[in-house]
Amino acid sequence: MIFQRPFRGGAPVPHRKQTAELATQTMPVPPKVVIPLLQHTGVICDPKVQKGDSVKVGQILGDSDKLMAVPIHSSVSGKVTNVDLMLWAGGIQVTSIEIETDGKQEIVDNITPPVVSNKQEFLAAVRASGLVGLGGAGFPTHVKLNPPQDKPVDTLIINAAECEPYITADYREILENSESIVAGVKAVTTYLGISNVLIGIEDNKPKAIALLKKVFAAHQSVKVLPLKTRYPQGAEKMLIWATARRVLPVGKLPADVGVIVMNVTSVSFLGQYLQTGFPLIKKRVTVAGGCVKEPKNVEVLIGTPLADVFAFAGGFTKDPRKVIMGGPMMGVAQHTLDTSVVKHTNALLALPANEGEAPAAGACIRCGRCVTACPMGLAPLMLNRSALKNDTEVLQQYEVMACIECGSCAFVCPSKIQLVQGIRLGKTQVRLADAKKKAQAAQEKAPQGGRA
Amino acid sequence: MNAPLLVTSSPHIRASSSTRRIMLDVLLALLPAVAASVVFFGLQALLVILVTVASTMLTEFVTRKWILKRDFRLGDLSAVVTGILLALTLPPSIPLWLAAVGGILAIFLVKELFGGLGQNFMNPALGARVFLFLAWPAAMTDWSKPLMDAVTSPTPLAILKGKEVAGAVLPHLSQLFLGDRAGCLGETSVIALLIGAAYLLARRVIHIRIPFAYLGTVALLSWIFGNQHGFFQGDVAAYLMSGGLILGAFFMATDYATQPISIPGKWLYAVGIGILTVVIRLYTNYPEGVMFAIIIMNTVVPLIDRHIVPKTFGGSRA
Repeated sequence: MIFQRPFRGGAPVPHRKQTAELATQTMPVPPKVVIPLLQHTGVICDPKVQKGDSVKVGQILGDSDKLMAVPIHSSVSGKVTNVDLMLWAGGIQVTSIEIETDGKQEIVDNITPPVVSNKQEFLAAVRASGLVGLGGAGFPTHVKLNPPQDKPVDTLIINAAECEPYITADYREILENSESIVAGVKAVTTYLGISNVLIGIEDNKPKAIALLKKVFAAHQSVKVLPLKTRYPQGAEKMLIWATARRVLPVGKLPADVGVIVMNVTSVSFLGQYLQTGFPLIKKRVTVAGGCVKEPKNVEVLIGTPLADVFAFAGGFTKDPRKVIMGGPMMGVAQHTLDTSVVKHTNALLALPANEGEAPAAGACIRCGRCVTACPMGLAPLMLNRSALKNDTEVLQQYEVMACIECGSCAFVCPSKIQLVQGIRLGKTQVRLADAKKKAQAAQEKAPQGGRA
Repeated sequence: MNAPLLVTSSPHIRASSSTRRIMLDVLLALLPAVAASVVFFGLQALLVILVTVASTMLTEFVTRKWILKRDFRLGDLSAVVTGILLALTLPPSIPLWLAAVGGILAIFLVKELFGGLGQNFMNPALGARVFLFLAWPAAMTDWSKPLMDAVTSPTPLAILKGKEVAGAVLPHLSQLFLGDRAGCLGETSVIALLIGAAYLLARRVIHIRIPFAYLGTVALLSWIFGNQHGFFQGDVAAYLMSGGLILGAFFMATDYATQPISIPGKWLYAVGIGILTVVIRLYTNYPEGVMFAIIIMNTVVPLIDRHIVPKTFGGSRA
């Protein structure tokens, strides 16, 4: 089968999807939630509530008039106890709303299904829903679904690959809410005028593939494509190649090659929202890892502190050495359990020392395994070495900015070198060098023209 | 929860491979050749191997601990690999002190002075052998079979070149294949080397690309130019199985540190070694060209890497 041929490279990561067949459990309302006003790629929202305010479920807590921002809704009813900079799961301090819950979960009055009859109303509804890319990146969906006029999109690609180890949140979404996925796909294709839908899913999920084929049987334009199970099959560029056979140039957006890629849980939420008008306030999270007593899929209210989520999964069997938000390949290590679940959190992992501790790095023996593993065709050893020397010329020659940070190189490295860390450093060096060059060019120009 | 949580850059899980395991695979792959050297050259072969390995390991330890004052990792086994590879390129009757000098040169001069594991710009074993070959030419070309007979026998390549005493006959191909002929310790038994090579390929420690391109180039050029009496009459099988070609193609040219990064670069590198090997074998005063060919191309690798960069998926050079 043609679609079995995957992208070049990749890494043979373990699956560890033990939670796959466990139905989602809904977690009770925690005593306190902390809702950060940054839950998307873009600008931080302005707070719309004050300390002491009473809030209801679905009430807007933060919003912004900037393009790259999505409104953030309250996931609970209760009282705002603090509006301040608080630690965010991404590692920085972000303005957040702390709410003491009252357990009543009273819903705000104005929730009604959106009235949508054209593209403009549809995009407005998407923004109002609070939806961001739920696959992990958190890109504002209303921006994604509104590509520039000169970039016609003919194909909608649904990302159901879920290639990271442990995570089964998208898989459960397919099994539990397949009708919403159909509704969401229908809405997007109708209002954006897209004729062709490709659903990419790794072939280690036969049940989900069969179900998707069944629910989309009546839809001629929708193709369910089982893909070879190979990390990082779910990476945007790899998925576009594997499903639509198009190469997304470095630095371009999918719309540049005529496609829009949406995560399967995102499109499913959209289907539900158009029917209910209920904004994004909860998220299915796979709780797993060697230290978790009862690994499971949990429906979590956004803003729930990590400690509460782990407690709901039975707590820890032993002290974790590393706690990760997201998958083990691309997730962010947390230094405290005080941070909270955000919209695009798809997994929480607690790993014991023998899994979570990075082995001591040795010398690079130039075996080239990282080069073979890199799905982008880069030479990670060269990038890492150049970053350690701050050699921006070689970094740019070897196209450091094309790295998608999937972690395949560091995974396969026999010397256990932190290649992704080195490459991130290299990217920063290139950005700084570019900024410096620009500033210099501007300075040289200024005195000649006699302008200050 | 008492212990502090560890924060590192992603990824948070690693494959179970290790440098030590790779080196161990190379050692296992060299075992048949080591065994063959003992079979054909006797216990002297074993002595030479033990001396070079002791020499490389001791040099690595002393250099890193007392001269460069860095951490030393004899556990990664790379010094052992270098020691055995060096021994396999030495003639069986080599004085033991000279073998020890070779080990010191390989580790100190070629490897550690250039930054240690992975930083050497030429294969340490071959680099040391070049030094020995130029400094002690007589000892390095004494092909007498120790402990068996005292008669110096010409190597097959010397016979192919028609340079040696008249009357010397090229060994039968089966002798070349098994290893019963004059030559360096580890280069004579083609079958033993191929068994080891098959293991390395199966374990994916090496890729077939470089040996294939190298041997293919040598085969083609030897067939075209290998016979003084006319083109397309060269004895391809004899050329392929003679000298250090098989050892060089599978165990030396595939050395990680001294091969290019990109796939087109690797092809260029391997074909380059093949051309140089044949040119040296056929048109210079030296009967064998594998050693110089690999060393020369080793030094060209940084240049190749500078100009042949892997193609990025969707990159600007695509």
